[in-house]
Amino acid sequence: MSESADKSILICGVGGQGTVLAAKLIAQAAIAKGVHVRSAETIGMAQRGGSVVSHVRLGSNAPSPLIPYGGADVIIAFEPCEAVRNIAYLKEGGVIAVSCKAVQPVSASLSGKTFDAESMITFLKKHAARVMVLDTDSLCMQLGSAKAANTLLLGAAASSSMLGVTMDDLKAALKVLVKPDFAALNEKALAIGAQAAEQTAVPHKSAILPRRQGIKHSS
Amino acid sequence: MIMGNQAIALGALQAGIGLASGYPGTPSSEIIEYVAKYRKETGVYVEWSVNEKAAVEVAAGASYAGARVLVTMKQVGLNVASDPVMCLSYVGVKGGMVIVAADDPGPISSQTEQDTRLFAQFSKLPVFDPSSPEEAYEMIQDAFDYSEKYNTPVILRPTTRVDHSYASMNIPTLPKARRIEGFVKDTKRWVIFPRTSFLNHKRVFDRNEHILPDVFSAIKYNFIEGMAVLAAGKRLGIITSGISYAYVKEALSLIGKDDALVMKVGTPYPFPEKKALELLSKTDEILAVEELDPVLESGLISICGKYKLGNTVRGKLTGDVQEAGENTVESVKAALVYFYGIRSSETDQAANTPDLPVRPPVLCAGCPHRGSFYAVKQAMKGEKTVYCGDIGCYTLGNAMPLDMCDTCLCMGADITMAQGFFHAENNRKCFSFIGDSTFFASGLTGVVNAVYNQACITLCILDNSTTAMTGHQPHPGTGVTMMGDIVNKISIEKILTAMGVNPVLIVDPFNLAGSVAAVKEAAASEGVSAVIFKSPCIALAQNPGYTVQPKQAVDETKCIGCRKCINELGCPALVFKSAEKKAFIEPSLCTGCSLCSQVCPVSAITAENTEAENE
Repeated sequence: MSESADKSILICGVGGQGTVLAAKLIAQAAIAKGVHVRSAETIGMAQRGGSVVSHVRLGSNAPSPLIPYGGADVIIAFEPCEAVRNIAYLKEGGVIAVSCKAVQPVSASLSGKTFDAESMITFLKKHAARVMVLDTDSLCMQLGSAKAANTLLLGAAASSSMLGVTMDDLKAALKVLVKPDFAALNEKALAIGAQAAEQTAVPHKSAILPRRQGIKHSS
Repeated sequence: MIMGNQAIALGALQAGIGLASGYPGTPSSEIIEYVAKYRKETGVYVEWSVNEKAAVEVAAGASYAGARVLVTMKQVGLNVASDPVMCLSYVGVKGGMVIVAADDPGPISSQTEQDTRLFAQFSKLPVFDPSSPEEAYEMIQDAFDYSEKYNTPVILRPTTRVDHSYASMNIPTLPKARRIEGFVKDTKRWVIFPRTSFLNHKRVFDRNEHILPDVFSAIKYNFIEGMAVLAAGKRLGIITSGISYAYVKEALSLIGKDDALVMKVGTPYPFPEKKALELLSKTDEILAVEELDPVLESGLISICGKYKLGNTVRGKLTGDVQEAGENTVESVKAALVYFYGIRSSETDQAANTPDLPVRPPVLCAGCPHRGSFYAVKQAMKGEKTVYCGDIGCYTLGNAMPLDMCDTCLCMGADITMAQGFFHAENNRKCFSFIGDSTFFASGLTGVVNAVYNQACITLCILDNSTTAMTGHQPHPGTGVTMMGDIVNKISIEKILTAMGVNPVLIVDPFNLAGSVAAVKEAAASEGVSAVIFKSPCIALAQNPGYTVQPKQAVDETKCIGCRKCINELGCPALVFKSAEKKAFIEPSLCTGCSLCSQVCPVSAITAENTEAENE
């Protein structure tokens, strides 16, 4: 429970994507280690297709359940536009794990003015130290479950070692919070997410690093 | 990890409650659900009452018998309950009564930003305002003691960020519900009469104005921390309460300041006057940081007036704190920066973000309400209509392209407002849309009014067999109670028929042709008619025990790219592939409701031939 263990994680997406479970897994993993947790989530009307955000704060120094701007060590985004919407929360040097799949609101389908993930991801890469982009759709397909996006992204985030909890902590949390039938699948998703993160994530912001390569790799 | 609402439930159970009642409403709904979880080990009786008024009255009876009772609702629910609440304030209680009325700054999921702290003043009830789940857990236990000691219901008023935040907490084993003395007849005490109310008014006034301000000044929920250092000729203070206290602490540390006195108020009414005088005596200028109405700010100003003090009080009334909406660490930080007169070199680095989608909440893919609204819209094409909506998921029927909610006011108003439209303009087809839970909560009397007063309206009952918006609570039509009993379902059809509604038609909203025909028939009849659209909430229908429908898919060789499915239904699963100029159904969202296939003019949408993965 040292001060340095304090971490703030912002999880965002579109209502119905499963952000709440991801937040609960991180919290459970931290509590099991004796770390104090504070969190807040969106419940109610916005759950129906609106923008949703969960705040998770690990460690004893956070009085508020809401993360201040510039306070998130990690942003886990189930949707790229939502990652951009919440970029102000990211700490300098913070990382983003994001799904590359844009979810179009009904209003966009109606107007024909749809949002493309590419430009969102490009923006994120300009503004974050490290962006891990996951093709959650195809990874889910690979796993044989349409509902594994949350654990895939968690696995990616955990691989950054900035989450405050480790892969093993998350595996233990899965056993507590997820039905046994799905635990094995989710465990596998964590590993695949971490693996995918390794492959796609390249540090961007530091100009010294080969930035062009990074963009090429991750697109 | 304990949710704020769970902490409230656990605190009440720790206080030995014998009964808990409430009506669902965000952000309060989980409290009753958590109480129900522990009903076996504690022996507590718990119910979802039919509405908030019923909940308070059920609790009042049990309190008169000596049981400690918990009542829960959201802030606007307190309006529904206000009749018994205002009277109980005079009559008092025997077993402690705590009314949890959860406020929703923002508002995030409510019609208004009503402030229960002011309702407490109005109804003369003491109110506790917790700043965290941990504090809520302790506060509610003490609130029961104060309720009994001072013979009054007590309000606990958490806000969304306390209700729906989580904290690590250790909870000791729960005790059994307290033994009760039983009701002792005493008409002077339990029958409200003008003469006794006059005497009770004096008693309550004395308690609230002369006793509790001192008592509350000495309790741990009202405290002053830090120290005021003379800076630029002024000593600064901050007064705050609830979740804003956490924001103040975080914001002060962000701007690196620790030289102001911070007073945290846990009992906004009766206001802890002595404590406030201490703050006023040690500071010159005070900023009130609070959400909703300027209650603390006005409290301080009134004390300054009473004692002729010259302190400067700043807050919402002076434009230093945002007048509406939710506080955040950022908003509080900005207010503090201004209060301190800090010249910030730091400009908000609002990076030029790309255009972002606006995401108003919408009806889910596969929501039966979409079929109901669309059927009425089709049946009434070319007619002069008004569609009176109500509170629930189906308020979202207002969104484009359905655009089927012309009015929405408060629970039950759809039925009665439609009557007003009819009496004012009787050439208009007047429709009311009400969900099953709302119908039981506040629709019944409106139907009686319509039949009795000869209105000509068509009721559309959107019966999805649950209270969907607030998280699927049971209600009288579902046949289950919070005690886990299976009971007779109360039939909406029989109620309407018995009241004289005619015809009462029942349809499946996913059968478009059948639904359109039923709406036409009902709308053509005289008097009050009804169509009950019956199909379970899609979130429930995906659970085991329900038949899984095969997903729908677009045959691209047949699709002519006319966008009718997208433009008329607004289903989140329907998107348009602009490159191919074809409609596409997102398989991860489609539930197979088949409405789009019934709308497609060229039969391009059909069920996928998947191997039955159902069952």
